[in-house]
Amino acid sequence: MPETLIQKVLGRASGGQAEVGEIVVCEVDLTALIDIQFAHDRLADVVSVADPDRIMIVFDHAVPAPSIRDAESGRKARAFAAEHGIRKLFDLGQHGIVHQVLAEQGLARPGWVVACTDSHTCAAGAVGAAARGLGPAEVLQIVCTGRTWHQVPPTVHYALSGRKSPWVNGKDIFLHIAGRYGDATGHAVEFGGPGLAELPMADRRTIATQGAEIGADFTIFPADQHCLDYVTAAAPDAEPAPVRPDEDAEYAAVRGIELSGISPMVARPGTVIENAGPVGDLVGTRIDQAFIGSCANGQLADLEVAAEILKGQQVASGTRLIVTPASQRIYLEASRRGLLADLVEAGATVTNPTCGACFGYHMGTLAAGEVCITASTRNFKGRMGSTEAEVYMASPATVAASAIRGVISDVREVVG
Amino acid sequence: MNQVSGRAWVFGDGINTDDMYPGFAMRLPIEEAARHMFHASRPEWPQLVHPGDVVVAGRNFGLGSSRPVPLLFRELGVAALVAEQFNSLFFRNCINYGLPAATLPSATRLIREGETVLIDFTDGSLRVGETVHPIAPLPELLRAVLDAEGLLRQLELDGKLRPGKG
Repeated sequence: MPETLIQKVLGRASGGQAEVGEIVVCEVDLTALIDIQFAHDRLADVVSVADPDRIMIVFDHAVPAPSIRDAESGRKARAFAAEHGIRKLFDLGQHGIVHQVLAEQGLARPGWVVACTDSHTCAAGAVGAAARGLGPAEVLQIVCTGRTWHQVPPTVHYALSGRKSPWVNGKDIFLHIAGRYGDATGHAVEFGGPGLAELPMADRRTIATQGAEIGADFTIFPADQHCLDYVTAAAPDAEPAPVRPDEDAEYAAVRGIELSGISPMVARPGTVIENAGPVGDLVGTRIDQAFIGSCANGQLADLEVAAEILKGQQVASGTRLIVTPASQRIYLEASRRGLLADLVEAGATVTNPTCGACFGYHMGTLAAGEVCITASTRNFKGRMGSTEAEVYMASPATVAASAIRGVISDVREVVG
Repeated sequence: MNQVSGRAWVFGDGINTDDMYPGFAMRLPIEEAARHMFHASRPEWPQLVHPGDVVVAGRNFGLGSSRPVPLLFRELGVAALVAEQFNSLFFRNCINYGLPAATLPSATRLIREGETVLIDFTDGSLRVGETVHPIAPLPELLRAVLDAEGLLRQLELDGKLRPGKG
């Protein structure tokens, strides 16, 4: 039987065929543990780990520790690494948001099964991995056994054609899909088509990350030459192989997306599902805060675009702009290139790499009645602070342009 | 965990994890975090729910994060969840934390708030009033987890996890 991408990857990992609907038990190639899961989870009670070299520990959600409780989690994480001989430890100084660290260390690879207790683990689908968020209890099981199970989902295939327009980001492509086609609960979302060849990895990573917001089980891109080059640059000894679906694979739906037809998009507060439209619908909406960061849009390419728009400009009076590079590596590179200086001169607050503002945990928190436009992952009510705050979602370019004007703005008009 | 009977609380479509388990509550102990369930949509609910009650929801129940929401439901004594459609991450989480979860299309039309529902996971049925509806059976793998009252207990029984200090 011809197979979709997710069938191929899960089939390989489970040592057989992966029929749609079937539950398959898979070897997990890499499991990422994160700082906050050491607070509640029983990791300290683990007798032995299945394979210390297939586990990484990343400090990201609450760093530097904003509370004694978080500091305790960090202490437990370091003790766990020492006890079980985990060498892939990304403690403060080497830290970053786990999905960014996975990508830049080449620790997510085509055809791999990747697990982590963060719902945006689907980010690794950008390199052709079967990656998804799992609950803390399941991640504990994988740590102990090296295996997990997946129910092979039916797949929705998006066939990309054409080229994206200037200023259009993976975020806009995703919001177009979420706004028009709604949720993908219980499905894998696969991308392909001739338009893929010119879609940069940064955009693929944004789209793959956001798949969690439409409830997809997996978001997955084929490992084409572009992807293989990206993985090899990160991990020169990886020798990744192409992973592609069969041409006549069966899909639950096949939808064509003409990239040149997509313009800057904004999602309204609450959800992205059937709740996003062209920026023009919302231009002029007052904002208090603008945020660029997270595993979805804290990449170097995102900071470059923001700096290009903000260089020589000023964030509007009464508006605050927060920029969070997704990792220490990005922070360093953005610093070397002068991007951080451009952003700070424009009035942005550049923060340490962390998930903090995206999930309203320890910084950038919104007060009741405030309005934020964010290039992060999630716009649920209450996500970034007060349940009476409103969170709009858009690309880094739209967020940067909106920060300059103090209202939601069309970047194409701001830059002229 | 073969039969559950309880009074229904009915919620709508697209109830997300951040509503049920807000970010700020992630720094609280579970018993305190449970008091903030549904803070964005129905903040008074944790004061109203009783042990043994059942939570019913519509489509796409549990969209969002992997945070262990079922621990909060269990803390409040919720006996089971019923939804028209579950987010798969959330569904896995429920079973793995020993919280039975049943899928029933049209659940929010068939069950009114305050009605008593009887769920039988062995024969795959849900009774409300005089009507009995079939529910999707759980795969054997997941039945075993529920029977062990969750994955952590199962790992303890397998000798992979030292018995809980908690």
